[in-house]
Amino acid sequence: MFEAFKTRAEGVGAEVHRVATREEALLFVRWFLETERINESPGSGALWAKSALLDGVPESEIPRHPGLSHDVSRDRAAQAKLGISEAQWGVADTGSLVLDQGAPEQRLVSSLPTIHLALLPTGNILAGKAQVFEKMNPATSKYIAFITGPSRTADIERVLTIGVHGPERLVIVCIDDVEGGPYE
Amino acid sequence: MNKEFKAKIDRAVNNANLTGALGKFSEAYKVNRAKAYEGIDFEELRDRVAGIKSEAAADLDALAAEFQRNAEALGAKVFRTSDPHQVKEYILKVAQEAGVKTVVKSKSMATEEIHLNPYLVKNGISVAETDLGEWIIQLAGQTPSHMVMPAIHLTKEEVAELFSKEVEERLAADIPRLVKVARNELRPKFLAADMGISGGNIAVAETGSIVLVTNEGNARLVTTLPRIHVAVIGVEKLIKEFAGVAPILEALPRSATAQLLTSYVSIISGPTENEDGSPKELHIVLMDNRRSEMAKDPKFKQALQCIRCGSCLNVCPIFRLVGGHVFGDIYTGGIGTILTAWFDELKKSEDIQGLCIQCGNCTQVCPGKIDIPELILEIRRRLVLEQGQPFMQKAIFSVVNNRRMFHGMLRAASLAGKPFTSGKFIRHLPMFLAELTDGRSLPAIADKPFRDQFRDIKQPVCAEKAVFYAGCLMDFAYPEMGVALVKLLNKAGIEVLFPEEQTCCGAPALYNGAYEVAAQNAADNITALLAANARYVVSACPTCTVALAHDFSKTLESVGKTEWLPKAKELAAKTVDLSTLVKRLVDEGRLSFKEGEQLGAVTYHDSCHLKRTLKVFEEPRELLEKAGYQVTEMFECDMCCGMGGSYSIKLPEISAPILQRKLANIKETGARVVAMDCPGCVMQIRGGMDQDGAQVRVQHSVELLVDRIKE
Repeated sequence: MFEAFKTRAEGVGAEVHRVATREEALLFVRWFLETERINESPGSGALWAKSALLDGVPESEIPRHPGLSHDVSRDRAAQAKLGISEAQWGVADTGSLVLDQGAPEQRLVSSLPTIHLALLPTGNILAGKAQVFEKMNPATSKYIAFITGPSRTADIERVLTIGVHGPERLVIVCIDDVEGGPYE
Repeated sequence: MNKEFKAKIDRAVNNANLTGALGKFSEAYKVNRAKAYEGIDFEELRDRVAGIKSEAAADLDALAAEFQRNAEALGAKVFRTSDPHQVKEYILKVAQEAGVKTVVKSKSMATEEIHLNPYLVKNGISVAETDLGEWIIQLAGQTPSHMVMPAIHLTKEEVAELFSKEVEERLAADIPRLVKVARNELRPKFLAADMGISGGNIAVAETGSIVLVTNEGNARLVTTLPRIHVAVIGVEKLIKEFAGVAPILEALPRSATAQLLTSYVSIISGPTENEDGSPKELHIVLMDNRRSEMAKDPKFKQALQCIRCGSCLNVCPIFRLVGGHVFGDIYTGGIGTILTAWFDELKKSEDIQGLCIQCGNCTQVCPGKIDIPELILEIRRRLVLEQGQPFMQKAIFSVVNNRRMFHGMLRAASLAGKPFTSGKFIRHLPMFLAELTDGRSLPAIADKPFRDQFRDIKQPVCAEKAVFYAGCLMDFAYPEMGVALVKLLNKAGIEVLFPEEQTCCGAPALYNGAYEVAAQNAADNITALLAANARYVVSACPTCTVALAHDFSKTLESVGKTEWLPKAKELAAKTVDLSTLVKRLVDEGRLSFKEGEQLGAVTYHDSCHLKRTLKVFEEPRELLEKAGYQVTEMFECDMCCGMGGSYSIKLPEISAPILQRKLANIKETGARVVAMDCPGCVMQIRGGMDQDGAQVRVQHSVELLVDRIKE
């Protein structure tokens, strides 16, 4: 399932990584913050929206980095280069992420920054939309978002161009063993 | 057709940017769409989508009420109205009460339909479209030319010009750079706006959810950043169950933009919180504007199965030539013609309905399974009922209904055409008729029509008999095709009968909305063709075959002559097209071809009615191969040749460029012969090749096959 998901997601321009554990995922995030030179100057920050993955992680283990904040506001999101959030499901046949984004902070970090980094439990990749629709409940999830690759347009001369109003890059980190994670 | 409309067409077909962009797009779309649907059973999927949508259309009122109940239980405010003006008043009231100064919008055809933007602007509210294409046309002061790609008619140079003015900086026509400019210009507008207005692709009654399908990410910002969100949704977007969303999402992006899924799909069920913890105001406007009336119409209710993918535009040979603006300001293309007739008024569709050439391309790709050409014919019929037939047409059709007089006039035309005839063609006609021969020669009317020649062909007496239905073109312009057909059937041991009372199949009248005339033609032919009591009724003109096998019953039924239906069905059951019959005879070993000769390459042109209504396309190719030809496929082999019966006479300015494309595709193959199964296509393409001067023989299959049959 992961391979199919990866192929489709990369096919629409997403970057897909896979790690074994939550610890590795946190390491990946640290590395990514370094690589993208996240810092405190305007337009260079990062925001991490509330994520169930971090529940129960000792304070000392949560990545710290200049310019990284867990306190999401629209102004900070508008200034951020990187937004980090968690996806609930993956869809293999289209390479999509499905995110429960009822809380506005989830949308702010995944729509305003230039890069969106999404954490996804590998075991939550489902075959197709139909399976996802069986799992989702609009009565409790008020804003369900399917995200498939970065923001795109072809409105000028049908030429595909990436990054109109949403992120220019979508980075997906699949985590095989989500210890203490809330999903299945 | 009025002059202004003709002028619009003229400007469009002569706009090289427009036709170039649309032409390239439609060619790429076909390939990409097929790729997007790989591994998916499209017929099964569209059955499901059409089922979900038609079930909803049958119950719009109840679904709207259920939606309202469920969305309001979640905290949304739902406003239902049938009146477009009330939609505008409601939104203005919401805006004024909340002190809204600025609005950001994501794409919504429903708001285009009611001209919301100018109304808000007039009332002092600033409105920014944020979909890139919509923003471009807003800056240009234009209307969308395509419901999915609103600015497809503009070049990057034109966009650079518009953006340069907006940002007061000289910008190069560099697309990624222009997209960046849009991002940077619109971002502050998103952050400052007090209200976001969106459309909605689906509304789910069961859960009170709305679904937004986008690529750019603007709808996510429109529904997240401002404290008020107003969604304007036509009631035809309602579906009953949440589970119905999935199949629509399978079809919509694939059909619209050849994507497996768009970048973003948002499913919003009730208001969420604003960032400061206050509840967002969510208003959902369910707009009817004649949709319920449409749902009650036995013919037009199927138009509510539309999911607004725009694929009918993308495959339309007319759309890719003239673009959207010729069709009007809002909904364009095939489905747009139908929606304009209803949401605006029937009268508004008077000119644009005439743009449809009835090729049926759209019926093959519509994910809602809407028979768009048939609905356009229905518009024609209703226009004729409402306004009467134009005087000249009425005169012509009254002649067509009088077989003796009609055939007499065709014979007279053989003499009258003489002065303009060179060989087998009429190359130039004088004065106002000249445009008929613009880019295409017309066939000269034969000295001796088929009906006269048939008397001299001695028929064998066989147990198996076939009635030959010639149709006007074979009878009076191409009798040699009829002669070939008779010879072919005789060789298979079939006796051919030719009832002389047979007359025009009624297609010209039908396609002009004159159903009464067509019904009379149908009745006359049924009587004539069934009297002979043969095993088959065979025709070598697909349009005639479709008339006999499909249209007669429908036409007779729609004018209330139901007493004819059993006989119409009997005739339909006996009707067969030539290629299907010959293929059967070859398979049964009753006809076989001479062997051992290589006849070289032939390319085959699929006629619209044969390919898409009768679904016959393998048979003629197989027969040509067996006869010793090597079939070399041309590009877009099943694209209309631009003939369309009287279409080529009414709209030569559109027909001619379509023909030119066809001629180029034929010549490109290098084949010296192009075969087809329709005398109308022969007339169009042979006439085109004659004026073009290319050394390509244009033949009806029957003429190529007959000489190759073993004695």
